[in-house]
Amino acid sequence: MENIICACGHSNPYGTKLCEKCGRPLTEEGKQTKVVDMRYDGSAIRSKTYNKTFIDKIWNFFSSVKVGIALIIITLVSASIGTILPQEIYVNAPEAGKAEYYEKVYGWFGKLYNYLGLSDLYSTWWFQILVGMLAISIIVASLDRGIPLHKSLKNQRVRRHESFLKRQRIIAEGQVSNPEDTLEKVQQKMTDLKYNVRRDGSALLAERGRFSRYGPYINHVGLIIFLAGVMIRLVPGFYVDESIWIREGETRAIPGMEGYFIKNNKFILETHDNKPQGEQVAQGVNVVAKNFQTDVTLFKQPKGSLPGDLDNLEKVRDYSVRVNHPLKEDGFALYQMNYRMNELKQMNFDLVNKETDESLGKAEIDLTNPKKEYDLGNGSSVQILVYTPDFSGFENGEPQTKTSIPNNPAFLFKMKTPETPDGEVSFVEIMKPPLEPLGENKYRMKFASADTRNTANFTIRKDSTIPILFVGGIIFMIGVAIGSYWNHRRLWLQVEPDGKVIMAAHVNKNMFSMKKDLDAVSSFADLPPYIDQLEKSEDVEKSTEPAITKKEGDNTL
Amino acid sequence: MSLIDISGNLLFVAFIAYLVATLFFGGSIKQSNATGKNTDKWGKLAIAITIIGFLSQLGYFITRWIHTGHAPVSNMFEFTTAFGMFIVAAFILIYFIYRMTALGLVALPVALLIIAYAAMFPNEVSPLVPSLQSYWLTIHVITAALGQSILAISAVAGLIYLLKVVDVTKPTKERFWLETVMFCLVLVVGFVIASSTFKAMDYESKYSYVDKEGTERQITYNMPPLFGMNEFKAIEEHGMSPIVEMPSLINAKKLTTVVWSLLVGSILYLLIRLIARRRISAIFQPFVKRVNLQLLDEIGYRSVLIGFPVFTLGALIFAMIWAQIAWSRFWGWDPKEVWALITWLFYAAFLHLRLSKGWEGRKSAWLALIGFGIILFNLVAVNLILAGLHSYASN
Repeated sequence: MENIICACGHSNPYGTKLCEKCGRPLTEEGKQTKVVDMRYDGSAIRSKTYNKTFIDKIWNFFSSVKVGIALIIITLVSASIGTILPQEIYVNAPEAGKAEYYEKVYGWFGKLYNYLGLSDLYSTWWFQILVGMLAISIIVASLDRGIPLHKSLKNQRVRRHESFLKRQRIIAEGQVSNPEDTLEKVQQKMTDLKYNVRRDGSALLAERGRFSRYGPYINHVGLIIFLAGVMIRLVPGFYVDESIWIREGETRAIPGMEGYFIKNNKFILETHDNKPQGEQVAQGVNVVAKNFQTDVTLFKQPKGSLPGDLDNLEKVRDYSVRVNHPLKEDGFALYQMNYRMNELKQMNFDLVNKETDESLGKAEIDLTNPKKEYDLGNGSSVQILVYTPDFSGFENGEPQTKTSIPNNPAFLFKMKTPETPDGEVSFVEIMKPPLEPLGENKYRMKFASADTRNTANFTIRKDSTIPILFVGGIIFMIGVAIGSYWNHRRLWLQVEPDGKVIMAAHVNKNMFSMKKDLDAVSSFADLPPYIDQLEKSEDVEKSTEPAITKKEGDNTL
Repeated sequence: MSLIDISGNLLFVAFIAYLVATLFFGGSIKQSNATGKNTDKWGKLAIAITIIGFLSQLGYFITRWIHTGHAPVSNMFEFTTAFGMFIVAAFILIYFIYRMTALGLVALPVALLIIAYAAMFPNEVSPLVPSLQSYWLTIHVITAALGQSILAISAVAGLIYLLKVVDVTKPTKERFWLETVMFCLVLVVGFVIASSTFKAMDYESKYSYVDKEGTERQITYNMPPLFGMNEFKAIEEHGMSPIVEMPSLINAKKLTTVVWSLLVGSILYLLIRLIARRRISAIFQPFVKRVNLQLLDEIGYRSVLIGFPVFTLGALIFAMIWAQIAWSRFWGWDPKEVWALITWLFYAAFLHLRLSKGWEGRKSAWLALIGFGIILFNLVAVNLILAGLHSYASN
């Protein structure tokens, strides 16, 4: 591709819209328009220049802002679809029963929703590809425009050709009596207004806030770092997400956290003692939780000890894990997530004679670790033939358990006494009369008491990507603040020795503030009044209302 | 008088002040023989009253904060009231940048509607659940609400812009949609009238019903039941019985509220049309005849520019930090989170469309209105309809 030689003799890269040196429009279109397109300062944009090879086409697709906006809108609409019904993770049903749940609760729509994968929309391949395409679009578009813009802003000349100045939105032309004096005054005033002023003979360029042009590119870098951080989570070791239930008094190894152990000393549930009213009554909530807290002790295995050696644990520290106050150690954090109150710990039974109700002794059964046989002395003993912690019924004559948590313990006992040395068999379920499958017994196991304890549930999380996300977020915020709260203002002034003056101004946003500066400098240096070329053309466009042909309302309105 | 009573009274004073200020703003730009000077004088008075109202509401906010011990942004009443306050604050900010009086004529009524809407929710002080007990409640919610409020000013500017440019004498799509926006504003009034009327009558009917998971529950209606819950049985019924029974998926109580609001709002709208013999947009048009369109467009754009970074910080970044602390993950695709992301994406699209496609003027104004619609959806619908971790106010 050939370079474009401008009338001023400068050789511009192919695709340049405004001469890099003098600013003359180089395209036919540019020469025709009254106000020139100042985006990217008229530099050669790759995607607007080449469209031959396959790579060009891909590049052009992703660099297109139109495509970028389309991707944003598609992502936005897809994301909203995921909120029509609750996502799978928030559905209160066991993993296997989720599909069934959607159908049962939401009917055919729920079935379809789940079938289409919308119940786990944010992890579907197509949603992830969408976000990926958005990321590519951000990278390509930023490189495509950011680099040429940077070059052109860095190499700005002070003197520009008249055809460039006249095609700016703000333009003033006229005569001044003392050219040198005018230039001096403008320089002084613009310096006062914190502009960076450069002179080149009779030409002047005052510039302020150029860095704000980099804002969008900086925030795009931040976004890309953020998205990269999210991707890195998939690398093993960067991200740990485990869960543990631990009963009061227990010490357990922390899953995912090699060499660490945790002891649950006590779980505490506190409630507010307010009188229920208003919303609380309407929701039927009797008490509002005030605090979920587990007092724990964190232990660590000393270096070099065997994996199973729990006798020489080193205490790291005591901590009260509460909601909003996770326990942090070694890059990991333990969160108080859930609890179960009053879980059965131990059940105590008396072996009694059915007729006399006379006790032959007591069996204290630890429900998490029951013994096979309890010797009650005097020749009496109780054997546990079958133990089901969470009894759910019989299947083929065998008692079944739903979970391993002692929610509904049931036992098949064999009771031996001096009177019945062969033993009697009895099936005992909590709160139910005993079943005697092998005939009428003389003795029975009488429930005496039970001990309970609380159980706490923690999430163990390590997310090494958080620093990356944090850096990305901060860079994004800096970029977006720079791009939003500052703007790039430029004023060009050329005064010929004969007093012919031409002034032009450009601002990338916030023309209102620019005009304030212009008013200040115009009155200070007695410049000819400026006109806003866009304001005029808009008035013509709005001529549908012929009544308002006079100047638009004043700014105090 | 206890602190909480003082707090309530200050809120009432603020409400009245906004109402009076609206009239002054209207007066300042309506006068047929208005001169710049005249407008200036009335406008100054109006903004002074607005500031008094704002300070009074700030007083409400602070006294309630002292009384409850936490930033009063923890339930629907508190948050929505604060949102109204921040809209007034954002308006005052933009007013002092651009000195455009006409903004007040729309910004204040919008704030008034929002505060009135908030007042329909129970305003008792409720204790905080553990997950809300964090200083991040203050930081996250206030920043997010502030960002939304500044973004809302762009919709205010957009609405004024459209009221001026849309030709209400010709049947166009734009005229239809503009009037739809006005109708929605009237619907909010309808909701407020319906709620407060039945509240004043102490209306209550109790039913038992079977929820979608098959559990039997009870529900209390505060409006005469038009729709009945799934398999409802009256426990204590007054006035009327539900006309139609709804399936378990639909909360018939909320549907009843919506339909009552629609009914009252529509009647109100028809009355306005009958009395004024004009569209509501046509009633407002004379007020905005002399506004400067270019400046309005600039204000709309500028408020998005100012609000977008604040919103990002509050509704996404601070939100993620808190979520990581309270829920162990910074992002969980909870409906409220998703809708904050949607809002953010929408305004990102707004900015890109404006910068590279040159969507200014009308198009930009419409986008600003849609953006505000998304913000309100996130406030109202996501809290009350789409259940999630953020639904502290739903019932």
